[in-house]
Amino acid sequence: MSFDLQNVSRRGALKTLGVASGLVIAAPIVAKGVRAEAMGTAGKLVSTAYLTIAENGDAHIFIHRVEMGQGSRTGLPQVVADELEADWGRLVFEPAFGDRKFGDQNTDGSTSIRRFYDAFRHAGAAARQMLEQAAASHWGVAPSDVEAKNHRIHNKVTGASEDFAAFVKAASKLEVPAADDVKLKSRPQWRYIGKPVRNIYMKDIITGSSQFGQDVRKEGMLFAVAARPPVVGGTLKSYDKEAAMAVQGVVDVVELPALTLPAIFKPLGGVAVLATNTWSAMKGREALNAQFEGGENADYDTSEYEKTLWASIEGKDTTHLKRGDAGAVIAASDDILSADYFVPHQHHMTMEPPAATAVWEGENLKMWVCCQDPQAVQNSVAPFVGKQPPEIYVEATLLGGAFGRKSKPDFAVEAALLARHAGKPVKMVWTREDDVHHGYFHTVSALRVTAAMDGGKVTAWKQKAAYPSIGGTFNPAANGPGSFELGLGLLDLPFSVENLQVDGGDAKAHARIGWLRSVANIQQVFATGSFVDELAHKAGKNTVDMWMDMIGEDRLINPTDDMPDLIPGDEGKSTYGNYGESLERHPFDTARLKAVLRKVADMAGYGRDMPEGKGMGVCVHRSFSSYVACAIEVEVADGGALKIPRAWMAVDCGVAVNPDRVKSQMEGAVVFALSHALHGEISFEKGAVVQSNFDGYPVCRIDEAPHVETAIIASDRVPGGVGEPGVPPVAPALVNAIFAATGKRIRRLPVRDQLMA
Amino acid sequence: MDFKLNGQTVSFDGDGEMPLLWFLRDLQGMTGTKFGCGAGLCGACTVHVDGMAARSCQTFMEDVEGMEVTTIEGLASGDTLHALQVAWAENDVPQCGYCQAGQIMQAASLLSENPSPSDQEIEEAMYGNICRCGTYQRIKKAIRDVADGKVKGGAL
Ligand code: FES
Ligand code: FES
Repeated sequence: MSFDLQNVSRRGALKTLGVASGLVIAAPIVAKGVRAEAMGTAGKLVSTAYLTIAENGDAHIFIHRVEMGQGSRTGLPQVVADELEADWGRLVFEPAFGDRKFGDQNTDGSTSIRRFYDAFRHAGAAARQMLEQAAASHWGVAPSDVEAKNHRIHNKVTGASEDFAAFVKAASKLEVPAADDVKLKSRPQWRYIGKPVRNIYMKDIITGSSQFGQDVRKEGMLFAVAARPPVVGGTLKSYDKEAAMAVQGVVDVVELPALTLPAIFKPLGGVAVLATNTWSAMKGREALNAQFEGGENADYDTSEYEKTLWASIEGKDTTHLKRGDAGAVIAASDDILSADYFVPHQHHMTMEPPAATAVWEGENLKMWVCCQDPQAVQNSVAPFVGKQPPEIYVEATLLGGAFGRKSKPDFAVEAALLARHAGKPVKMVWTREDDVHHGYFHTVSALRVTAAMDGGKVTAWKQKAAYPSIGGTFNPAANGPGSFELGLGLLDLPFSVENLQVDGGDAKAHARIGWLRSVANIQQVFATGSFVDELAHKAGKNTVDMWMDMIGEDRLINPTDDMPDLIPGDEGKSTYGNYGESLERHPFDTARLKAVLRKVADMAGYGRDMPEGKGMGVCVHRSFSSYVACAIEVEVADGGALKIPRAWMAVDCGVAVNPDRVKSQMEGAVVFALSHALHGEISFEKGAVVQSNFDGYPVCRIDEAPHVETAIIASDRVPGGVGEPGVPPVAPALVNAIFAATGKRIRRLPVRDQLMA
Repeated sequence: MDFKLNGQTVSFDGDGEMPLLWFLRDLQGMTGTKFGCGAGLCGACTVHVDGMAARSCQTFMEDVEGMEVTTIEGLASGDTLHALQVAWAENDVPQCGYCQAGQIMQAASLLSENPSPSDQEIEEAMYGNICRCGTYQRIKKAIRDVADGKVKGGAL
């Protein structure tokens, strides 16, 4: 994957975002005829890049994906250990370091289990088969007469059994079976897949010994804090080096290279203070009194920009999807409904602010970073230090939350440059204020939906979205949503409605726009899920029935059927990315969508009588190849005080490798989505972010978190994503519940004080 | 000046205005206590000062003279984990884990003052501790399990 994004086409940039189609995932399954020895140190059994069995029989698992709370570093070992027939206590977990041999490491887009389930099953099964084969030859019996069980091979003829260790050496001389020759276990034989295995980092976390990016320590290291231009593309004007140097503990003051747009993952510029501890560095930064010049985004003001977005909604349509003629049907109908929705910039607000540590040993650079993608760190740092990406050793630490922020390693480049300058290890520490001021924000969106009905049946649906694209962070020409963004909830609207149209409106970015947990689904499903509820009320139906009617019969949806070659220019036609998966492997199945909605309605007792001031809302959505329905119960007091006692989630994610982690991800998604729906807003004035910390950008605290009950639909389908799909249906379910309780329709997030009398 | 850190006497002769958080993390290399906001807003940096939960980012070195400071690293006695640590594991509370040292220290101080808190009292005591991953319902359940005597301290 090339990382010189300066000149790439919009579509090229999108590949790097990992949300468009065509992302190539190298699943290093070994080609026929390769001997295990050829891949690793003699005497060890290397089945693929992901698994090595040491001479003592211990299974070393190279979990190339990172851990940010989503559970991949427990789930992937479950998969490989299961097929290997390993004893869980004999697993050794190797750190996630960046190396192309592992294939894609960008732990983003809810892909870890979805894309590596097969490769990890094969890695385990291949090694098991080789051990069995070695044992069979040793005992002089047929391979079918031996069986691996819990880290031992059993001889079914003699009843003898030996630890894996006895056969590693012999097995390492065998050919690694090619993918087609690997025999996978059947579901009833599974011992770890589908079981609630405990987080592998549990003990470290509860005793305080886990190591996050902020926690890295290296001999003789310095701590860095930087003052960066508040406006993206702004420049450093002046600073008082002497004043900073006078602060006890400050060692040096170093300028960072100014940013040239597009921002990509490059550092923002400014000036850093290096000190013997973080607190001195922070005090030094204060003393700097750094001043900045605005640059081309210095006029960005979100309250003004909102008007620009609504003008774009009124203005030219770029049509991305069209079935029938929604415009004509709506124009001719006397039963129409139209509503406008607005979602502001939101921020990841990871509990752990970004941090990166760099160590130069002569010309060699080593880094420890709370990154979502160690290869992206290699790629981003390399051009700044005159190296090739593979020459840089990058280890991903644990991540104290990420949600998309930590796949953008601007902070790692800073660390590498400062460590080289200092000739000492440097940890670049971002404070909470740095994190809020210098995020890659979720975009700001205006959306309009218009529908025509006939006798309570929706006959036409027209939806338009105007928001700056993530593409703008990579290519200044980006102007309004790309099809990779509309593909997250709009191009794949699940409706059987005869006349359907999806349009985009122009919108230029004036900040670094990035992907945030579930990305454009956030605003798009907020509008769709709210509007279905509005239509249901207008038609005098309940919302679950309305959804069922609109979805229609069980079928597989192929959005490309409704994507005529509408968009001229280098964009060609719109495409439907399907989260980077083929529709053959991950079809869009309306039966599964309806099933989760039915399930959540049952669990929540949807339709039951509720006392005055209470209400329930629902929404359903498919994203990242998984289907999630949400129901929320609210209670609104006379003065407008809102309580959210309970929420229900029904999820169909195919095979659930770790059901307890699936549940916890749904619980977390509810709180994450409610945080944004209730409170989340980043605003800009004079090009700079207004908010700074948890006071200006509140997230839900314990008293606001509902009790979440989750049902997982039993399934044999290939695994879908889990980290993100819980988020989209929550905000619409919330505002629908508020409407049911109060008759007040919230069309603008966050809810904040809109209910206050 | 001297104070006790997890039972050991330590001395400090630097700037008394240095927050305890940075003394722990940067000077002592004890990184179990986390940096979340630096402003008393998130609770990630919670430790015990003379048995009471305190935000170490808002506690200055000059204030801990002669005091007894306990961090997450000192909560267990040897291999015997605090009951809350066991309850956290049994309920699989952590997601990313970053906030959890602060959550556990806050909960431990609650239970030492009030061994059988009501649900309301749990929410009030834990209000200052943010979990961005949204593990709140498991936090409540884990505290409840300990308060109800369902989970005891011990090895994992
Ligand atoms: S870091 Fe001390 S309260 Fe947040
Ligand atoms: S577990 Fe991630 S912030 Fe609490």
